[in-house]
Amino acid sequence: MRHSFLDRYRQGTSPIHQLDPRLKLLATLAFVLVVTTMPPGSWIAFALLAALAIAMLLVAQVPLVEGLKHSAIALPFAGMVAISLPFTQAGEVLWSWQPFGFAQGGPFGFAQGALSSLTLTITDVGLVLFATVVIKAWLSVMVSGLMVATTPFPDLLQAMRSLHVPAVLTATISFMYRYLFVLVDEAMRLQTARAARSVGTGRTVWWRARVLGGMIGSLFIRSYERSERIYAAMLARGFAGEVRTLTRLTWQAGDTRAGLVWVAVLAAIAVLGRMAFLLPAGAF
Amino acid sequence: MSGHVIQIEHLSFSYADGRQALHDVSLAVQSGEKLAIVGPNGAGKSTLFLHLNGTLRAGTQNGDRVRVAGLPVGAKTLRTVRAKVGLVFQDPDDQLFSPTVFEDVAFGPLHMGAPEEEVRERVARALAAVGMSGHEEHMPHHLSLGERKRIAIATVLAMDPEILVLDEPSAGLDPRARRNLIALLRELPQTMLVASHDMRLVWDLCSRTVILDGGRLVSDGPTAGLLQDEALMERHGLEIPYAHLPPNGLHAGKQIGQDESAGLQEVQRT
Repeated sequence: MRHSFLDRYRQGTSPIHQLDPRLKLLATLAFVLVVTTMPPGSWIAFALLAALAIAMLLVAQVPLVEGLKHSAIALPFAGMVAISLPFTQAGEVLWSWQPFGFAQGGPFGFAQGALSSLTLTITDVGLVLFATVVIKAWLSVMVSGLMVATTPFPDLLQAMRSLHVPAVLTATISFMYRYLFVLVDEAMRLQTARAARSVGTGRTVWWRARVLGGMIGSLFIRSYERSERIYAAMLARGFAGEVRTLTRLTWQAGDTRAGLVWVAVLAAIAVLGRMAFLLPAGAF
Repeated sequence: MSGHVIQIEHLSFSYADGRQALHDVSLAVQSGEKLAIVGPNGAGKSTLFLHLNGTLRAGTQNGDRVRVAGLPVGAKTLRTVRAKVGLVFQDPDDQLFSPTVFEDVAFGPLHMGAPEEEVRERVARALAAVGMSGHEEHMPHHLSLGERKRIAIATVLAMDPEILVLDEPSAGLDPRARRNLIALLRELPQTMLVASHDMRLVWDLCSRTVILDGGRLVSDGPTAGLLQDEALMERHGLEIPYAHLPPNGLHAGKQIGQDESAGLQEVQRT
């Protein structure tokens, strides 16, 4: 499988694999909700939630390193969004720097003055916010990754449908999932064709960019034409604007129990995490 | 009615860009008949097929040019007609658009309004008919091309069609998959229309052949006669499978290796 990297699902027989996909979807959402609503600097809660997530990874027999690595994908994105926080929040200054301070009193007058007065300061509040955002993103992606790794994608789609996610949305995701693989195959064929006709590495970046642009355009046209053929195939089989599916999911008593335990644990962590703020400063 | 499941009378069709794809085509197909439609690329085969289930329709001023199972193909009969005519597209990736095999085969029956029990039963039956039982939970991108073709046929069989319309069923298949597919198609009882460049498939599967060229129906007769008329085949950009055709039966035993290489060349050249 050349595109197996797209499918994160790992076959398994762990208790988590056997849970109803609807439960996993809801449980993941609940976890993300609890994580994101914790106040900044809830280190105890974050530690407990991380321990919970890692415990789930272990139960699901997802290799720990892999689980942590995949979820680290979120870090650059979260980091990018949060990068300004340490510098922009009011608070106790931990560190400051005038990158152009050396230019004071030079021959270039006002412009130089403005530049030299530019000061970067990092505050304690800003730093706590930054760490909070990054940790929240990492934890959220970790449990989402766990869900994807333990649930076949078609089952997740079924779960979304039976939880009344709008049909337009689930149909779009369904097509995306189905044709991502076809598209990747086509892209790889184009790339092979390009490689076959361009020997050596002496080409310029400009040339590469042009070829890539052509490839993207060609993929777009192909996809557009394919979409028309798919639509014809749907019409030929009686499609009249409404997507109908059968559900294969069966909710069991064990799912209810697991769901209740999960909610109780999350609630306990949320409460504990907030109580930690009531302790006198310096208690931990 | 006269026992014709398909009746096309003086059908002409132009696309929106003015290109005339079909020119006064008349064709009648008997129930149970297996008919091959051959001709060069762009001859109008696919356009003709899309008329059979009403995806394309000649303007209303033309009247009822196309009748399927006695019904004129029009807006009112579309649902019934689409249930009777199973269209199998050339690229199974176009036909299999659901995340799992089960969901795809169930799509037709579900959208015809069949109740759940019946849908499950039809899916099981259709998959059994193409020898793909047990693949229900598989995802199409994990299957081989030959397997995807079979599933594509199953998606249509699940609708219990009277007529199967197949566009290039053997394109891209390796010899074994192709041979299995021909055997499968021979066993299916439905009336069949097959567009193909694969003359071996035509020879093995269809008793009657029509040649379509430039949107016109130029020839119609028993496969044995047409496919051995070298001059006729040449004239329409086709070629006879090879000089001495074996009896019209499924692989006359000793020559299988040779047959397959001839069939493959056919596919590559066209």
